[in-house]
Amino acid sequence: MEITAETEHIEIRLLLEAIYLKYGYDFRSYAEASISRRIKRNMRLNGCPHISELQHRILHDARAFQQLMTDLSVSVTEMFRNPDFYQSLRQQIVPGLLQIPFVKIWCAGCASGEEVYSLAILLKEEGVTQQLQIYATDINESALQIAEKGIYPLDKVKEYTSNYHRINGRGDFVDYYTALYDNAVMRSGLKRNITFAHHNMVTDGSFGEMNLILCRNVMIYFNRDLQNRVFQLFCDSLIPGGFLCLGSRETIQYANCANQFDPVNVHEKIYRKKFPCPGL
Amino acid sequence: MKKSIAKNFLALDYEAIVMGVSAGGFQALTILLPCLPKNFSLPVLIVQHTIPNADDFFPGYLSQKAHVPVRHAVDKEPVMPGIVYLAPPDYHLMVEYDRTLSLSVDDPVNFARPSIDVLFETAAAVYGPHLVGVILTGASADGSLGLKAVKDAGGLAIVQHPRTAEVDFMPKSAIRTVEVDAILPLKAIGKMLARLAD
Repeated sequence: MEITAETEHIEIRLLLEAIYLKYGYDFRSYAEASISRRIKRNMRLNGCPHISELQHRILHDARAFQQLMTDLSVSVTEMFRNPDFYQSLRQQIVPGLLQIPFVKIWCAGCASGEEVYSLAILLKEEGVTQQLQIYATDINESALQIAEKGIYPLDKVKEYTSNYHRINGRGDFVDYYTALYDNAVMRSGLKRNITFAHHNMVTDGSFGEMNLILCRNVMIYFNRDLQNRVFQLFCDSLIPGGFLCLGSRETIQYANCANQFDPVNVHEKIYRKKFPCPGL
Repeated sequence: MKKSIAKNFLALDYEAIVMGVSAGGFQALTILLPCLPKNFSLPVLIVQHTIPNADDFFPGYLSQKAHVPVRHAVDKEPVMPGIVYLAPPDYHLMVEYDRTLSLSVDDPVNFARPSIDVLFETAAAVYGPHLVGVILTGASADGSLGLKAVKDAGGLAIVQHPRTAEVDFMPKSAIRTVEVDAILPLKAIGKMLARLAD
């Protein structure tokens, strides 16, 4: 029998419901096209012919679920992805951060940490180091472990180095890591200001009083309803005048709290939380 | 291609067009898109292989040449009729069940991000028989399996005639993989799409 779009839509919803009921992880508000591709990839690799059969497997086999969980929540990123963004960060956000005695930054959905280290390098070069705390959070434990270790394949580093040149880095990228066999180990000095922590944007609460939140190309995996809730979470976590950075093809315009932000850089999707109007 | 084939398909209600193009795409889209009339009633979703850091020049340029607006897709925007959406560089473009667009930075497919297969497969799952898939010039096999997904879901498969393609690898690969409905030069594809949308 032909599997229609509607049948598949139902099967995926049932699978996500099963994951939620059995294990408590809530993927029910994720954008379906991506998650469906990831589910099918997991099925191909494990020789599972139907989504409903996968549902049966993960309900009865925790290891099968762990594998699926990793496949569903992993996200890929690179250092200094979109060099133009990092230029804007340096020009439009860093000068303000230099004025603040204690800077708090949240990298929400940091995955395996490439962006966190990019940020740490840029801030170090711009002199924002003394009173700096970066919270790097993700839902995926194994990705977080990679982030915490800061070990990346050396063959990727060539690409990162070229990205670093494109943001006009002030030093040599090679100074930020040590080559070990086929890997690059990020220098421990970069980690001094970073706290890695498990956090689920779907269920967990806000981080207080942030000056800057980076959440780039994470919410594209969420549906509009969940995006809306997470935007509110970010709004609640930022101090007035704090910055929110999204991926260059994302927008805050569909969120209920959109009117509480001013655009700072329309092209790079940098927004600033408004100051409360006196007398209102 | 015989006129009778096109006539048979006119009876069907098409909801969207997906298009894949790689090497030679700049020229091909500059010829094809202006064939679409001002009141063109279908959305057109295009994956063109580009360098990851490409800017917004291309959609702007095509917008000036075409009679319909052309722009890069934004995450979670509704698919609107009469608009040509290009996948943004370095993102996969997908169609959601609720007919909105979504993006991902998942691994490249066929060494490509955006990948034609990813767009075509997700669109075929959503639109089923109400989808038209078009493969144009290119030096990649990306899009062949996507076009097959369109066809398997009951949609219409159109390929640029390899002899008219700047690079014939991609059209030839699609023709080998899929039993296509029409093999046409660019302007004829444009005219056919205009009639299908009528």
